[in-house]
Amino acid sequence: MIGKMKRAALVGVCVLLAAAMTGCGKKSGPAAELTVVNYGEYLDPDLLEQFEEETGIKVHYEEALTPEEMYTKYKSGAIEYDLVCSADYMMKKLIEEGELVQIDRSKLTYGSNIGDKYWKFSEAFDPGNKYTVPYFWGTLGILYDTTKVHGPVDSWDVLFNGEYAGEIVMQNSVRDSFMVALKYLGYSLNTDNEDEIREAQQLLIAQKPDVQAYLVDEARDEVVAGNATMAIVYSGEAYLGHEYNSDLAYVVPKEGSNVWLDSWGVTKHCDNMDAAMQFLDFLCREDVAMTNFEYIYYSTPNEAVIAALSEEEQADETLVPSDDATVNCEVCTQTDEAVTELMNELWKELKAE
Amino acid sequence: MSKPRELNKRTLVASPYAVWVLAFTVLPLIVILQYAMTDAAGHLTFRHLFEVFSPIHVKAALFSLEIAAGCTVFCILLAYPMVIAMRHLGMKQRGFSLFIIILPMWMNFILRILAWQMILSNNGILNFLLGKIGIGPLQIANTPAAIMIGVVYDYLPYMILPIYTAIMEINEDLIEAAKDLGAGSFTVFRRVIFPLSIPGLLSGIVMVFVPSMTSFVVSDILGGGKLQLIGNVIEQEFTTGNDWHAGSGLSVSLMVFVLIGMAFTSVSKTEGKESVIW
Repeated sequence: MIGKMKRAALVGVCVLLAAAMTGCGKKSGPAAELTVVNYGEYLDPDLLEQFEEETGIKVHYEEALTPEEMYTKYKSGAIEYDLVCSADYMMKKLIEEGELVQIDRSKLTYGSNIGDKYWKFSEAFDPGNKYTVPYFWGTLGILYDTTKVHGPVDSWDVLFNGEYAGEIVMQNSVRDSFMVALKYLGYSLNTDNEDEIREAQQLLIAQKPDVQAYLVDEARDEVVAGNATMAIVYSGEAYLGHEYNSDLAYVVPKEGSNVWLDSWGVTKHCDNMDAAMQFLDFLCREDVAMTNFEYIYYSTPNEAVIAALSEEEQADETLVPSDDATVNCEVCTQTDEAVTELMNELWKELKAE
Repeated sequence: MSKPRELNKRTLVASPYAVWVLAFTVLPLIVILQYAMTDAAGHLTFRHLFEVFSPIHVKAALFSLEIAAGCTVFCILLAYPMVIAMRHLGMKQRGFSLFIIILPMWMNFILRILAWQMILSNNGILNFLLGKIGIGPLQIANTPAAIMIGVVYDYLPYMILPIYTAIMEINEDLIEAAKDLGAGSFTVFRRVIFPLSIPGLLSGIVMVFVPSMTSFVVSDILGGGKLQLIGNVIEQEFTTGNDWHAGSGLSVSLMVFVLIGMAFTSVSKTEGKESVIW
């Protein structure tokens, strides 16, 4: 009797808990809803409200720190996302795994705002531009304090020649760090040649004593605060760094670098394609893209927004990277499991040194 | 027939606890165990359980052990003088000093560690102050010392509180008696206060050693990503490495080590008085 009651109570509470926990992820009721996942602070929250007001579609907004974290969250299946925004190589991986559905670009009223140049960048990971819509883009380069450097900074060499020992902040990311080393060595950042990757690791291990710290978001702040002389950052971060401290400058080294492109895609879990398309179209609209650009300050592929910028802003390499700066740059399209695993393993070795 | 009724009531009262433990302790543990003993294809394997013995992981685990042991020792050395000083305070001041110790815990832990980052960085507050008196600048940020400061700062209250409870319970008469018999204050501490505080000390050790052994946020922020604790390795397996199986395997083996350690403390605990957590 007692056992039964206990079990009944347990089951009852479990069911309640389960209902409460799944309730928030599932779509319920007639009103359209979308669940999207994006990087943190990568969309002006006011725009989500505006979208809900304009269309009546409720948006559940989820955040992930890195593409890998997004992928882990997505794959765990705890929440079914309708739309994802992530990096080039991660979108490629999702396309290859059949997680994304095709988008009819012609149905986007404002799709033409995205310049041809960027659709072409996209082709590197989404041939034919069937699955993704460009969102923001930029380069990876060196942010440095002009008052503290002696000599020009135009090559990755400054990170490896020991001249700035203890004053360098690297990215705490497997890909970005390997990317720098591979480019410095003159290899493709998409290489799957194990020798080249191991050579890059040796270079990074030799560099480790000179590195002050491996950081992600704080990399920029350390240079702004004067704790470090130079850091590897994304171009958008460099723009904000310059806003805080006008002594800072940003360069895409001459050996070339990574040009990255974050895009939106619709997943196979989406059962309201119409709402998803409205969301994508909304983001491409000039006024929305402008508001969003002013919130994030990464380079926008939206040519209507670029045209509306001041001349000074248009000439700013961190906001609108020129074709000259990106000539030696590559889009990262490395999705090979074995290469990723090798890099992760080598990175762990590097960290353990 | 009052016995079953009583039992009934007790079961009912305990059921929220049972549900909580089941849903948030037992179930997740089973899931972790399942991940640890399977590979990506879902086949049974014990490979991940032994991954902890690879050189990289051993190195990270030893460094964690070093940090955790150092942290525990520093916390003990700091906690005893503080608690003994508090014993000599009046009731009101005692409450206030306890309040001061607990106060920082009301603030988000990550914010406090970020504050330490500001204090310890090259151009930080500490080096600014040291510069004023002609010392430095010291390179503390991104070194093991910074991690040690962070964990000691973070876990000190967990050492103070159980020792405080144990020492406050000691009857003043015992100390008076020892003094009457000619014991100096150090002998009183060594022969009376310390032995009676051991249950509290053991609780403190468990509550400081285990979390500082497995922490990863402090080493991430104050170690600048250059220093790797076993907690960081596990975190990376789950986030960037996307290998939940290896991460779970490492967690399980770590848990086994901690359990073995705990078994030792609980054996010595049962010999003395029952320990008090708070």
